[in-house]
Amino acid sequence: MIQRKLITCTINGNKIQTMVDVRASLTDMLRNDYRLTSVKKGCEVGECGACNVMIDGECFNSCIYLAVWADSKHIRTVESLLGSAGELHPIQQAFVDEGAVQCGYCTPGFIMTALEIVQSGRQYTRDELKKLLSGHLCRCTGYENIVNAVEKAMKGTAQSIPETISRHRPATR
Amino acid sequence: MHVGQSLPRVDAYDKVTGRAKYTDDLVDKSALIAKVLHAQIAHGLVIKMDIGEALRVPGVVKIVTCFDVPDILFSTAGHPWSTDISHQDVADRMLLNRRVRLYGDDIAAVVAEDEIAASSALRAIRVEYEEYPHVLNPIEAMAPGAPQLHDAFLNNILKQTSAGRGDFEAAIQEPGLIRIEGEYETPMVQHSHLELPVSYAYIESGRIVIVSSTQIPHIVRRVVGQALGMPWGKVRVIKPYIGGGFGNKQDVLYEPLNAYLCQQVGGRLVKLEISREETFFATRVRHADKIRLVSYVRPNGRIVARSCDVYANQGAYASHGHSVTGKTMTAFRQLYHEEKAHRVTGHTVYTNTPAAGAMRGYGVPQAMFAVESHAEDIAAALNLDSLTFRRMNMMPVGFTDDFSKNVNYYDSLNQCIEKGRACIDYDRKRKLYQNQTGPVRRGVGMSLLWYNTAVWPISLEASSCRMVLNQDGSVQVQLGETEIGQGADTAFAQMTADVLGIPFHDVHMISTQDTDITPYGTGAYASRQTYVGGMSIRQTANMLKEKIISYAHELTRMQIYDLDIQNASIIHRPTGNALLSLGELATEALYSLSHSEHFSAEATYQCKTNAYSLGCAFAEVEVDIPLCKITLLNIVNAHDCGRLVNPQLAAAQVHGGMSMGIGYGLSERMLFDEKTGRLLNDNFLDYKLSTVLDHPRLETRFVENYEPTSAFGTKALGEPPAVPVAPAIRNAVLHATGVAINRAPLNPHELFTAFVSAGLIPTEK
Repeated sequence: MIQRKLITCTINGNKIQTMVDVRASLTDMLRNDYRLTSVKKGCEVGECGACNVMIDGECFNSCIYLAVWADSKHIRTVESLLGSAGELHPIQQAFVDEGAVQCGYCTPGFIMTALEIVQSGRQYTRDELKKLLSGHLCRCTGYENIVNAVEKAMKGTAQSIPETISRHRPATR
Repeated sequence: MHVGQSLPRVDAYDKVTGRAKYTDDLVDKSALIAKVLHAQIAHGLVIKMDIGEALRVPGVVKIVTCFDVPDILFSTAGHPWSTDISHQDVADRMLLNRRVRLYGDDIAAVVAEDEIAASSALRAIRVEYEEYPHVLNPIEAMAPGAPQLHDAFLNNILKQTSAGRGDFEAAIQEPGLIRIEGEYETPMVQHSHLELPVSYAYIESGRIVIVSSTQIPHIVRRVVGQALGMPWGKVRVIKPYIGGGFGNKQDVLYEPLNAYLCQQVGGRLVKLEISREETFFATRVRHADKIRLVSYVRPNGRIVARSCDVYANQGAYASHGHSVTGKTMTAFRQLYHEEKAHRVTGHTVYTNTPAAGAMRGYGVPQAMFAVESHAEDIAAALNLDSLTFRRMNMMPVGFTDDFSKNVNYYDSLNQCIEKGRACIDYDRKRKLYQNQTGPVRRGVGMSLLWYNTAVWPISLEASSCRMVLNQDGSVQVQLGETEIGQGADTAFAQMTADVLGIPFHDVHMISTQDTDITPYGTGAYASRQTYVGGMSIRQTANMLKEKIISYAHELTRMQIYDLDIQNASIIHRPTGNALLSLGELATEALYSLSHSEHFSAEATYQCKTNAYSLGCAFAEVEVDIPLCKITLLNIVNAHDCGRLVNPQLAAAQVHGGMSMGIGYGLSERMLFDEKTGRLLNDNFLDYKLSTVLDHPRLETRFVENYEPTSAFGTKALGEPPAVPVAPAIRNAVLHATGVAINRAPLNPHELFTAFVSAGLIPTEK
């Protein structure tokens, strides 16, 4: 009865093949099947940005992205940013240093958009950065320190961001 | 010293890596899924419910309706319990309600194998209602003949209280007084924490275990026990990291129903997650208030007498109820001190709207919007400088409140005003923006802020703490006061490190509260965590230190009064010698063949003080009159919250409060369909939070007057920053346009009406 479809995709550098319920969102698949719980649910209709992940280098709200659409795509979540010895990515470090974290629920989503910004290699003005971050809601920080952290990461590391993806091995079903 | 330093949050690494686990991250995927059926009328009675078709949906395990639940009324307010019946919260709801009191009231619940089955079953339930007329507005609800929500509360008045000072009628007879009146309205808003309310429950060893996104685990335990009619010790509540609360999770939300559903399926694991849409109407909101102020003032600006009438929209159920209105009244009474007399009356009124509870500021954002808008209006009417007017009337230094015994120790308000006006260049802009013409105008405005730190003497104020020493000299620390994003765990670790004389990284905060393990504490509410938690930390750390020193005396044979712990070593004070490390002592203590001892300390501190937390906000706006659009150009909050434990985190707290204040002032309002009583904007598209694009740079300033009653010199900072922002914006708009807008939020709809009646926007007639 339940319609399932076989998809093949890469999650945080690991190639996987899995049957997904055609009705499932990518959020559901990442959270439930692969326990990538950095992908948060805040609204499930694409309004808050907490479920933001990178798909082929571009950020999407995974709650309104069907799991079946992930077929042949490269998906990246915050779990992939850590170095092999647990060292923080410069963007993560900037969030820590700038006091950009409070309850932490919106944080992984923001960090993925920050990664997209930093990877673009472009230097944006503060107003441009705010526009780029405006798909994310945060109720704790007033955004001030988040914008500071993204600005710092962009200025400090635009040229030197390592492109390595740590070999995070997702759990199987 | 660690207190006073901007140390990184103890949970920052886990949160930036996505490792921090919130409730839904922890639940086993075998969980059954529960969903709630919400009434589709605003007021009435469920007469019949047909669940036959719903039960046939594949995957449905159990359906319970309002006809099945125990006949027990309970209260959801996250207050400390009172053993005095007259002070107990109003118990006015059941797990599921046959009597429907709001559009969206809980009337049935489904437990199913998965979400889709649960949702399908909800749609298949047939409900027959007997419908009653509804009422959405407190003034109408109090009128004779209005629909009645709760039998025990005549005219829907949950509670009405009055207070006063002096002989009001005599005071207003003074010749030459100018009477100034204003009516101010604040909107119903929702906390909008990013994590949805979620819990899961299972039965283990005959006891029910509930893991929940709550600010108040120990209170949840008590209320679940009350709601289900079971011994409180049979309930265990675990609180992991939570994605914000802001007072909504200072109410017991769906934990009792979750526990009940778990019981109904034989103790199997059941998860109950509420959607964003449900969060808006089925959890809690901030009371929408109508506040009428009348002031009798001498031409020089001195207030002689004043009165205040508060009408607070309680919604369908009592929750925190009149406690919130009580604080609105106190804020009115205390920020300004008239010469002769005041009187204040508060009405908290049931209506067929979502239940109002605690939300960041607990009635004070409403009070300050009214009082500080009114202050500006009086100054304008008398053609006085509004700062001069405020200074002439505000709470004087040295004032002691008869009831709370709070003392206004310092000239905090003036000190904060000085910081704020300098930051925003107030005096120059105030002159510069006078007499503007043209469609786009600028203005600056400000608002003071009055706040209280904790809840003494209204209710119990206590905190318990436990510390355990490890072999390496590090310690675990547990408190009932919860980390909800504000940074409490980090502040607690800094305090512990200082009292024990150990490094910050040797303090391990146990962030998760578990009512089986964590010492009793009432949780995160008011702005009391560093104040009350600090007291029990200091007491407990001193007890632990005493035990350690006593053991050091045994080991070293040096005098107890000469020994101290500094930088994780036992120090002989007269010589300054380090005798042994704390780790060496702790290892010896655990494995000694002559005297083995596990070092721990646990204590409750009962706090019998409270502290004023004062400050202000200054805002600069640009108003596009034809577009009815306000751009916030600059904003600064200045606070005296005593000594700062962690300046970076303190500023971050202020940013968040300011942000909430910006939404309150400019865009947030829950809207209802008058005809059906249904909430119209139950999502983040239609409910207008302020986004990153609506925020200018958020400037923060602090005055650090050491709070004499506090263990570390600290006092409230969690809620106060949200309080003065909306009135500061409103007063800036008044300065820019000459138009006094008395209804928040100042969104284009309000501005249009106000600008049309002021003649700023021409109308064709």
